[in-house]
Amino acid sequence: MIHRVFPCLVLAGALLCAGAASARAHAFLDRASPAVGSTVHTPPSEVRIQYTEELEPAYSTAHVEDAAGATVSTNGAHVDQTEQSVLIVPLGALKPGRYKVIWKVLSVDTHVTNGTFTFTVAP
Amino acid sequence: MIRFPRGLAAIGAAALLLSSPKAEAHGFAGDRFFPATLQTDDPFVADEMSLPTLTKNPDDTTGGQSYSVEMDIAKRLTPNFGLTAAYQWNYFQPKGAPAHYGFGGLRTGAQYQLFIDGPNELMGLLGLNVSWGHTGAVNHGGADDHTTLTPTFDFGKGFGTLPDSLSWFKPLAITGNLSVDLPTKVNSAGTLNQNVFNAGFAIEYSLEYLQHHVQDIGLGAPFDRLIPLVEITSATPLNRGFNAGTGLTNKNGHATTGVIAPGVIWAGQYFQIGAEAIIPYGEGQGHGVGALLQLHFFLDDLFPNSIGRPLLSW
Repeated sequence: MIHRVFPCLVLAGALLCAGAASARAHAFLDRASPAVGSTVHTPPSEVRIQYTEELEPAYSTAHVEDAAGATVSTNGAHVDQTEQSVLIVPLGALKPGRYKVIWKVLSVDTHVTNGTFTFTVAP
Repeated sequence: MIRFPRGLAAIGAAALLLSSPKAEAHGFAGDRFFPATLQTDDPFVADEMSLPTLTKNPDDTTGGQSYSVEMDIAKRLTPNFGLTAAYQWNYFQPKGAPAHYGFGGLRTGAQYQLFIDGPNELMGLLGLNVSWGHTGAVNHGGADDHTTLTPTFDFGKGFGTLPDSLSWFKPLAITGNLSVDLPTKVNSAGTLNQNVFNAGFAIEYSLEYLQHHVQDIGLGAPFDRLIPLVEITSATPLNRGFNAGTGLTNKNGHATTGVIAPGVIWAGQYFQIGAEAIIPYGEGQGHGVGALLQLHFFLDDLFPNSIGRPLLSW
């Protein structure tokens, strides 16, 4: 019996993996600049977030708050036109302190993901 | 059978469809991604499939060995209501006796997502699992000759809300199940079928959460998708004990039993792979260490425009 059951399971798994090759999925944060949890000594002029999937520009956004909860990013968060998996958040002049990036994006397969991370500007 | 007035049923169905929290796919609560755990039920409805789950159970008290191959699938009907089904093929090699094998019983579940609280990385689910009698090989495959109903509450909680001074603990999360087995038949071939209280927990440390939400420590693929975890299950009989006067026991004459299962899950975009050791505890649980390996697919990512969507949103 096991000789019949096991090959069927392996075949079904292989078919699913083949389907995965052409599918798209949730956009996970891949890396960011400034890096997640990092401390920088020069105030950045923008936050760049690289995702694992391409984004829908109209429904992908982010903003940055200071430690008091005030928004320090400008209103121009946008998907990079040359690299659709990158979200760019322009910043105003940052003072030393801890900042929180809050993002919410829609990947091209219509899955919504969101998340937060912090970075610190050193004195 | 319990009968509800037709109007009440309609109102209940409408409430189920309309009053749901915002649905997110396969185990997200805010920043937190909860993987599908291997020993314990997940606290979220989903479109997912495990194919296969291969288990080598710890040897029994006499040295007998057993193995199983399982497939299970979860399908959302609405964003917050789903069904599950699982079927298992078992192989038994008793010590000094001929091997026997066959299918275990069909197990199904109905699940409702009670809440998902993104900012607090919290989720809860109510479910009713059913192990159906006479749907497998009773004599050879370990299937039951009776149906067992198991109402369950499942929950998940991430610790990303901890203060920044405890940032290295933020990747921690716990999921758990509390349930009671209610067999519909008291006695099977001279063996009492007990009501059993089950509790299961999974303690997880998500390197994905650490790398992408707390601190970039330079982890790259595949390590930035690893989730080491320990699962702990327990089963405690509530009635029909064999040894009257010595406390409640299970059908073999022993009290609380379970397993401790340390392991790791790698969760990618479309599927995850999990492996765990199975260490039994409790008197009469046999000896040695078992193992489990599972390949698990996220159908909502594989087929986002067809079978990966809730049935009523097609």
